[in-house]
Amino acid sequence: MNTFKIGGVHPEPNKLTADRKIETLALPVQAVFPLSQHIGAPAVPCVQKGDTVRVGTRIAEPGGFMSASIHSSVSGKVAKIDSVIDASGVRKPAIFIDVEGDEWEPSIDRSDKLVLQSNKSREEIVECIKNAGIVGMGGACFPTHVKLCPPKECTIDTLIINAVECEPYLTADHRLMLEHSDEIIIGIKIILKVLGIDHAVIGIEANKPDAITLMRSKTSMVSGIEVMPLQMKYPQGGEKQLIEAVTGRQVPPPPALPANVGCVVQNVGTVFAVYEAVMKNKPLIERIVTVTGQDVKNPCNLKVRMGTPVSQLIEYAGGMPENTGKLISGGPMMGRPLLDDTAPVVKGTSGILMIPEADAIRRAERNCIRCAKCVQACPMGLEPYLLATASEASDWECAEENWIMSCIECGCCQSTCPSRRPLLDWVRLAKNRVGGIIRARNAKK
Amino acid sequence: MSFILTAVLVLGLTGLVLGLVLYAVSRRFKVEEDPRVGQILELLPAANCGGCGFPGCAAFAEACVKQESMDGLKCSVCKSEVMHQIAAIAGHSVELGAEKVAVVRCNGSCANRPNLRVYDGAPSCAAAALMNGGATGCFYGCLGCGDCVKVCKFDAIKMDPETGLPVVDQDKCTACGACVKACPRMIIELRSKNKLDRRVYVSCVNKDKGPVAKKACDVACIGCGKCVKACPFEAITLENNLAYIDFEKCRLCRKCVDECPQHSILAVNFPPKRVAEPAPENQVEQQTEQ
Repeated sequence: MNTFKIGGVHPEPNKLTADRKIETLALPVQAVFPLSQHIGAPAVPCVQKGDTVRVGTRIAEPGGFMSASIHSSVSGKVAKIDSVIDASGVRKPAIFIDVEGDEWEPSIDRSDKLVLQSNKSREEIVECIKNAGIVGMGGACFPTHVKLCPPKECTIDTLIINAVECEPYLTADHRLMLEHSDEIIIGIKIILKVLGIDHAVIGIEANKPDAITLMRSKTSMVSGIEVMPLQMKYPQGGEKQLIEAVTGRQVPPPPALPANVGCVVQNVGTVFAVYEAVMKNKPLIERIVTVTGQDVKNPCNLKVRMGTPVSQLIEYAGGMPENTGKLISGGPMMGRPLLDDTAPVVKGTSGILMIPEADAIRRAERNCIRCAKCVQACPMGLEPYLLATASEASDWECAEENWIMSCIECGCCQSTCPSRRPLLDWVRLAKNRVGGIIRARNAKK
Repeated sequence: MSFILTAVLVLGLTGLVLGLVLYAVSRRFKVEEDPRVGQILELLPAANCGGCGFPGCAAFAEACVKQESMDGLKCSVCKSEVMHQIAAIAGHSVELGAEKVAVVRCNGSCANRPNLRVYDGAPSCAAAALMNGGATGCFYGCLGCGDCVKVCKFDAIKMDPETGLPVVDQDKCTACGACVKACPRMIIELRSKNKLDRRVYVSCVNKDKGPVAKKACDVACIGCGKCVKACPFEAITLENNLAYIDFEKCRLCRKCVDECPQHSILAVNFPPKRVAEPAPENQVEQQTEQ
């Protein structure tokens, strides 16, 4: 079985919710939509306080080329445009909507019927995806319409569907494949049409045999779509790791893109959203969220309207266990700790994880013993100990020379460190600073 | 005996020849250096703190000699008489502003702003600021990891273990500005030292609306604007729910300090209030005369 060559770790999978069907969560009382839920410029509100909106009404327009629009996931009145502490732990501007009833935009097809064919052209499909505000659902939230328009000089030959879900605990993509496989296949066909190619590979890790079997049986009649089981290893869901695992090609360091090696990678969640946008005219207003944790009473996979407060999800899962030490949005490896449970579900919320205090606590750090475990674990072939030391000494030049911008922040280094050094924290800091320096330098030119 | 003589002769001659070569080379490739640079360098503190904006004291000394005037050249560590000496050596005149000192504009001690969470990541304010809002409810206040302490080359800033806030030693502080740059929350400001080191300033940088700020910290500025109205010198401005006292306009009358319902305006180095009641009046007059 294929996998990427260097680095990687094997955390406990802990997929507690793999056999829990997707349940639909009730509407919230008030939905909150932060204006920056994606990479790039924040969206600009196009509604005002007191406006009446329906499910699917656009409430914010893209703030630039690299941006995405935001739609209301509920019907009701705009209560205020204020700020909210979102999953990144920073106060950001947001639109608050008081929910009244559940009235949908009439243009949205709400039936469960599978729509197989559409006569939209390539440009129309991209426009449709853009208008639906679709972003990468794996967590990075990169606007999908930008990804589907690769630079002209690159020839794309392979579409890779990321169904790896290598993060422990999370099962949202797994359940989506089991319950909406037909929609996903149609979604893949739509994206293939946009890219003008006829070869797609669905990468699934071997710990999901039921999904592999199902997708294989669904794709057996479809030419050009192939299912590739992959050996279990974190961070296989990383774009560059997945490309290497599937095609054996290595993406050069930034600013090179996956398109430079002829690949476009899309998450299965994104593919499903593309299907709904193109075939059902439904913007991105819902997503699947895994609510889980070792001591959670009723861990589950929920279909949640965007903007629902996290507290409502936790309540559905049986409340927050008393011994919870950390509340995380996303997976345990790359997720971010939430400050409290008032944060709203946004486009990138793949999971809500409640970690018991005993596991959450970071013990005191010790000195680096030069064991180089972090170097072995780094899937990008970097030297995390060196980058962290450079960051600690504010030596941004050294960090840049040692390819810090290639870091994908997967956290393998930190999880293997026997001295429990906060390597990723330091690397993130340096990456942020070096990124700023590079941007300033480019702006000068 | 003769072999000793040979050795002495050979080595002596070699030494002589090489010495001549060195002499010739040093004459031929001599680097002309302005003697004033050396003189200025002797006056400078040699801490290479970078507070002047140059890579070190030597670069600053060279700039003093090369530039037409002393505009923009100021060693923050040197006292004003030393700056005058430097200017005299360089052949320029110099006008110096008021002496400054670093001021920490956050009073969110453990008592005023209790910890709601635990931050156990890398011990650096910059890293903590990137991660999220920090351990308390305030998204603007001091993170308490001591980045400012680490960058201070003059040992002038220390963390107070009781309050969890940095404290500036005003005698040691040279106003080089390293801590100002290091603070990710932009809490530290260089403010004029004034006579007897007396200062009145808003010890808060919270830009949240009143109720949010008040909930986060007992002494947060809520942007009520009472101080703006109270100030007879128009030194206080209110922007983004936050008051700011312009130290160039402030005459240290302290009317705002009594007005502030949140006690977020601090007056430091003033004698105790009761004894000093008539004193501020004199103080104001003295300041005006100056």
